[in-house]
Amino acid sequence: MHEETVYDALDTTHGGGGQWAFGTGFDDPLAGVELTVPDGVDPADLGAYCLMLGDDALVLAQRLTEWITAAPELEEEVAFGNTALDLLGQARLLLTRAGSVGVLGRSRSTATDSIPDEDALACFRDPDEFRCTGLVAAGNGDFAQTMVRLLAASTVRLAVFARLRASRDPVLAAVAAKGVHELAYHRDHAARWVLRLGDGTPESHRRAQAGVDAVWPHLADLFTATDVEARLAAAGVAVDPAGVGDEVHDVLTTVLTRATLRVPGRPADVVPRGRTGGHGPELSALLTTLQGLARRHPAATW
Amino acid sequence: MSATALDSPDVDVDPGLQEQFDATIAAERRIEPRDWMPEGYRRTLVRQIAQHAHSEIIGMQPEGDWLLRAPSLRRKAVLLAKVQDEAGHGMYLYSAAETLGADRADLTDRLIDGRQKYSSIFNYPTLTFADVGVIGWLVDGAAICNQVPLCRSSYGPYARAMVRVCKEESFHQRQGYELLLTMMRGTPEQRAMVQDAVDRWWWPSLMMFGPPDTDSPNSAQSMAWGIKRHSNDELRQRFVDMTVPQAAFLGVTLPDPDLALDPSTGRYRFGAIDWEELKRVISGAGPCNAERIARRRAARDDNAWVTEAAIAYARKHEARS
Repeated sequence: MHEETVYDALDTTHGGGGQWAFGTGFDDPLAGVELTVPDGVDPADLGAYCLMLGDDALVLAQRLTEWITAAPELEEEVAFGNTALDLLGQARLLLTRAGSVGVLGRSRSTATDSIPDEDALACFRDPDEFRCTGLVAAGNGDFAQTMVRLLAASTVRLAVFARLRASRDPVLAAVAAKGVHELAYHRDHAARWVLRLGDGTPESHRRAQAGVDAVWPHLADLFTATDVEARLAAAGVAVDPAGVGDEVHDVLTTVLTRATLRVPGRPADVVPRGRTGGHGPELSALLTTLQGLARRHPAATW
Repeated sequence: MSATALDSPDVDVDPGLQEQFDATIAAERRIEPRDWMPEGYRRTLVRQIAQHAHSEIIGMQPEGDWLLRAPSLRRKAVLLAKVQDEAGHGMYLYSAAETLGADRADLTDRLIDGRQKYSSIFNYPTLTFADVGVIGWLVDGAAICNQVPLCRSSYGPYARAMVRVCKEESFHQRQGYELLLTMMRGTPEQRAMVQDAVDRWWWPSLMMFGPPDTDSPNSAQSMAWGIKRHSNDELRQRFVDMTVPQAAFLGVTLPDPDLALDPSTGRYRFGAIDWEELKRVISGAGPCNAERIARRRAARDDNAWVTEAAIAYARKHEARS
């Protein structure tokens, strides 16, 4: 019979002999990681870059989570949960890194000190302070559009992370080294669905093609470096997105072609919008949901 | 095993088979999928396992409502992992039912059509984030009391599934309790949220053990078959005895003025349960019954084209290879 005597162990913050995998003794997610900012790098640039990568992961995790309890199969409920958890894990490390180099934007003016940096950044920044791309901020659409977007987003992120493993910033290098394995799985999972849907029934083909057509315009501003990315790429810290465009388009073209889908023309590169804080109403709506409870209780700890 | 076997009575059974089955039960050994079993045993198990699987899947919804709104990223990750575990429990319970000749899609249809039930507890709404903690503590706590004995159920696949389910449920319960402890150390508003959630979930949690023993028609046969190990009232009492000290440690009041330690037995006496409320909620008139089923129906119907596509793709590529 269940005769738990563990409740007493919860009494002390760091007590309990380490049996709590989600205990309260993990206040610093970067504990034990080398945190020195590499020579010649402006911490503000490094923090801004962490927000770009962190916000992409946070916002896409939130989009995928919207599918939970609405997925086509139980296996997909699990897959959406897994993928969202991986991305959320990446986001937490990256936002924490941004906070550790002092990039907290206006969030600290409303979040009390007891709120960790990752939550101050996730829940107490305004939409114009977010640095995610339009690719992840866009609504899910149907299952086909969701999978096409996941394919595109994970292909871009995998290409960036594969290069980022060599970053001079130890935190970025470590996050990337772990993340590539996760992203390779996400890309594979999405690609398999795009194949099934593109080459499935006439209806699934039509929906998959509509998904491709809806997602494609969001590729336009992904491959032009912001000033921050250009400076950090020159310093060996960040990845210049211009260098991954061809690889991304090759991968997407291969998958879509095998899925019997028409590959839209490659959109002309335009200046980054999301990366510089230009977002539409979809991101504001997403953030209203994500941030609402935390903002109503700014003095609370959870 | 064909689906029709589920509904056919035992005719012309070799008495040796029945004797063998009875001996296996008497010796507390496990019945396995390929063993002969009475149709009543099979039907009872399918009903119970399916109801359990449905409860896991419907149970994703009340907490899932807070996934997008969790107030910290850590809590969001914990809740995501928990809801994902529940989908996993549903999957292996449906698999256990399939070893008895049932079919997952058919069971899902029965859930959506209202021909099969799920735990009535999930028809209550989650009004604040404290509900997430209270569900972990009380609802998962009650589920553990119910389910730990099922790890010794006479049907092998069910018993083995329950071992894993119980381990994860136990983890969820502690996560829920840890959230509540954190909130109780927070702001006055957070403490009020916890108390309010306890007030709303306490009585429905006690109802999770089912009707009183005097009004539980299927229990005796299930006990004889080793599918069920303890009576509803016995398990309910264990839950109360386990939970009262936890409530005191947490600093919340359980909403029952009659709750008191009986010094002669060392167990807690508690007030009368409103069985009419349980009947109402089971029969479909709970606050969220329609919403819960509508969400499952939408997931099935709105995405039917996805499943059709996957099947069509598999057929095409089977034919080509």
